Amino acid sequence: MANYSLKEVMNKPERLAPGHRMCAGCGATIGVRAVLRALHEGDRAVIGNATGCLEVSSFTYPYTAWEDSYIHNAFENAGATLSGVETAYKALKKRGRLPKDENFKFITFGGDGGTYDIGFQSLSGAMERGHDLVYVCYDNGAYMNTGIQRSSATPMYADTTTTPVGSKSNGKMQNRKDLASIIADHDVPYVAQSTFTADFRDLHLKAEKAIYTEGAAFLNLMTPCPRGWRYEAKDIMKICKLAVETCYWPMFEVDHGKWRLTYEPKKKLPIEDFLREQGRFKHLFKPGNEDLLEQFQAEVDRRWDDLLYKCGKD
Amino acid sequence: MRTDVFKINETTPHQDLTEGLMFFGAGSTKNFNTGEWRTNTPVFIADKCKQCLLCAPVCPDSCIPVADSKRGEFDLEHCKGCGICVEACPFDAIVMKEGK
Amino acid sequence: MARRDRMSGNEAVSYAIKQINPDVMPAFPITPSTEIPQMVSNYIANGQMDTEFIPVESEHSSMSATIGAEAAGARSLTATSSAGLALMWEELLLAASNRMPCALALVNRTLSGPININCDHSDGMGARDTGWIQIYAENNQEAYDNFIQAYPIAEDPRVHLPIMICQDGFITSHAVENIELLEDKEVKEFVGEYHPEEFLLNPDKPIAVGPYAISNYVMEARKNQLQALERSKEVILEVAEKYKKLSGRGFGLFEEYKTQDADYIMVIIGSAAGTAKEAVDALREAGKKVGVLKLRVFRPFPAEEIANAIKHAKAVAIMDRTESYNTHGGPLGAEIEAGLYRAKANCMAVNYIYGLGGRDFTVNHVSDIFAELEDAVQNNKELEQYKYIGLRE
Repeated sequence: MANYSLKEVMNKPERLAPGHRMCAGCGATIGVRAVLRALHEGDRAVIGNATGCLEVSSFTYPYTAWEDSYIHNAFENAGATLSGVETAYKALKKRGRLPKDENFKFITFGGDGGTYDIGFQSLSGAMERGHDLVYVCYDNGAYMNTGIQRSSATPMYADTTTTPVGSKSNGKMQNRKDLASIIADHDVPYVAQSTFTADFRDLHLKAEKAIYTEGAAFLNLMTPCPRGWRYEAKDIMKICKLAVETCYWPMFEVDHGKWRLTYEPKKKLPIEDFLREQGRFKHLFKPGNEDLLEQFQAEVDRRWDDLLYKCGKD
Repeated sequence: MRTDVFKINETTPHQDLTEGLMFFGAGSTKNFNTGEWRTNTPVFIADKCKQCLLCAPVCPDSCIPVADSKRGEFDLEHCKGCGICVEACPFDAIVMKEGK
Repeated sequence: MARRDRMSGNEAVSYAIKQINPDVMPAFPITPSTEIPQMVSNYIANGQMDTEFIPVESEHSSMSATIGAEAAGARSLTATSSAGLALMWEELLLAASNRMPCALALVNRTLSGPININCDHSDGMGARDTGWIQIYAENNQEAYDNFIQAYPIAEDPRVHLPIMICQDGFITSHAVENIELLEDKEVKEFVGEYHPEEFLLNPDKPIAVGPYAISNYVMEARKNQLQALERSKEVILEVAEKYKKLSGRGFGLFEEYKTQDADYIMVIIGSAAGTAKEAVDALREAGKKVGVLKLRVFRPFPAEEIANAIKHAKAVAIMDRTESYNTHGGPLGAEIEAGLYRAKANCMAVNYIYGLGGRDFTVNHVSDIFAELEDAVQNNKELEQYKYIGLRE
C-alpha cells in the first residue's frame, strides 16, 4: 500500500482558489482539488481545460481560480492544446530557454461532453502520440453546462433534456461508452477510474501515478452533478459511495497494461440503491418499469464481470 | 506586467484591458465574493472537532483552510453553503444554520 | 551572401522554416501543402534543424497545438490547405483573439465541393475575417521572402497576431523556378530569438489564457484586436524596409505595375499577377495604357491605399479567384469597391471571377478583359459588374 495520509496532503497549498463560480455542491471542483493535491510541492503545472462548466466558472475575466498557468482553448481540443504546451516545454528545455531545475507537469480537465464526445479525437491523438501529460475527465454524465443534454457518458434510462422521459420514452436508449477501456486500448502507460471516497486515498494515489508516470495518462473521474442528477447537493459523498458499492462505477487502474481493481465491494449492492437517490432515474421506480431496472442491473453485472476478467479475478 | 485585478472591471476602457483578455497572474477569484450566494451557513463547532480533516477535501470551494494538519474557521467570503462538509463530519462538529 | 537555387514554392517555404528553425510545428498532411511537413520532417530526421514536430491527427489539432505551444512560449507554426484550413476555422479565430503570434503556411486550394485539389483562393478568403494577417505571394521567391518576414511582423509588440503566408497551390507550390536564398545566419539574425514577455511556462509568473468574458468585455477586446491589426500595417512596411536592406528585394502592401499613368488597371492576387503583367507588357507595346495592381497584404486590407492607387483609372478589373456566394461579387471586389466609395472615387469597377478549382487563366483572358473595359468606357456601354471569366456557356 502506497504511503498516503490525508492529514499530510491537506497541508499542501491550495492550487484551486475559492471564488470560482461553479454551483454550490459541484463535484467537478472537488475532483480538481484532489487531482492537484497529488502534484508534488515545488513542481509547477500548466492546466488545460476544455470548454464546459469548469472553464466558464473558473476563469471568468478577470478572475482566475487557478494558481498555476492555465489555458482554455475550445471545447473539442483540450488534448491537442495541451499536446502543444507539453511539446513547447520539451522544445524550450532542449534549447535552454527554461531553467534546468524547473519541473512542469501538464494536466488537462474536460467534462464528459468535451472528452467522450466532441473532444474524443483530440484526446485519442494526444494519447496515441504519448505526450507526457494527464487528461482528467470529470465525468458527470451529461452536457451540464448547456443544461443537462445527454452525452455518450450518460447512463441508460437517464432523464436528460435531450432524452426526456415521456409517455413514449424511458429516457436515454443507449448504454454509456466505456471510455477508460477505450483509452486503455491505446496502450498508454497509465489509465485509471476513480471517484470520491471519504479519505480520497484512491483518487490521490491514482492522480499521483497519472501525473508522475512518464507518458500519456488518462484519469476518468466520476464527479456527480446535483443539478443534473437531481439529488440534494449535500449528499454527494453518499452518491459516490453507492456508485462504487453497486459496481456502477468500478474503481480500477491499468498500469502499463496490467488491469487491477483498486476496490472491491464486500457485498455488491443492488443498482436500485444508487438509482433511487437521483431524480433522473425516478421513472424507473414506477410500477410496471421493473424490467428496466432489471436491464440496468444486467448491464452493470455484465460490465463488472468483464472487469473482473480483465483484472484476472474471475 | 502583472495584471492588477482591481484595475479591471465592467467599466474599464478598452485600452486598459489585458492583451487577448489574458490574465497575467493567478488565483484572482479570491477577490470575488461567492459567499453572497449562500442561503444556509455551516457553523464549525471547534469543541467537537477531532481534526480528522474529512471535511476539508469535500469542499468544492476550497473554503476549509488547513494548516499544520488542523482545520480552521470556514472561509465565509466564498462558502456557498452546499452542506457537503456537514455530511462528511463523523463528529457533528459542523451544523448548518439558516441564512447567511 | 545570397545563394541562387531552383526550388518549388513548397521547397522555398520549407527552406525558410529550416532557416528560422522555430520551436514547435504541429502539422497534418493535405494536398498541396503536404510537402511542407514532409520536408520539415526530413530536415529534422537528418539533423538539419531541431524543431519539435507534432504529427497531429487533424488540422483542427494542428492549429490547437500551435496555439498551445505558442501560449507556452514557443515560436510555433503549421501548414495547410483547403479543407484543412476550414477545419481549423474556430481555432483561427482563437489564435487571433488570444493574440498568438504564430504562423501558418497556406498553400491555396479550392474548398469542396466538388472535392478538387487545385488552386483557388476560397480557403484563404474563407478565413479572411478570422483576425489573421494575410500575405499572398506571386511566386516561390515571394513565398520565401514573405515567410522570412512573418515572425518579425507577428511578434512585434504592437501586433501580437497570427500571420498567414499564402501561395497558390501547384502553380506556385509545385512549379520549380529560380530563387535567391539568404544565408542561414542572415535569416537567424533577421528573425531573432523568441523571448515573449508572458507565457505559460514562465516560472513564478503564471498566466491564464482563454477566459470566459461577459458582454461588458467583448466589444472592448475586439476593438483592441482590431487596433493591433491596424497597427500591423506600419509594422509590415517597416519589416519590408529592413528586409530590402538585407535582400535587395522590396515589398509594400501591394505592387503597382505600370499603373501610374494607366487608364485601365487590373487588381489581382497571387500567381495570376504574373500572367497579368505579361499581358500588360504586350498591350503596352501596342500602345494601351494598362497596368496591374498586385495585392500582397489582404489583411489588414489597405483600402485607402488601393483606392488612391487606382482611382485615376477610367476602369478597373477586380479579379477574385473565389466565389463568395453573396450574389453580388467576390471578396476582393466587395472590399475594393467599398474602398473606392469611401475615397469618393468614381471609376468603373468590374469584378471578375476566374481560375476556380485550378481553371487556367491566360494572357488572352487578361487582354480580353482590358479590351472589354476599354470598349465599355469608350462606347459608353453598361457592363455587367460581376461576371465569370473562362466559363463554358
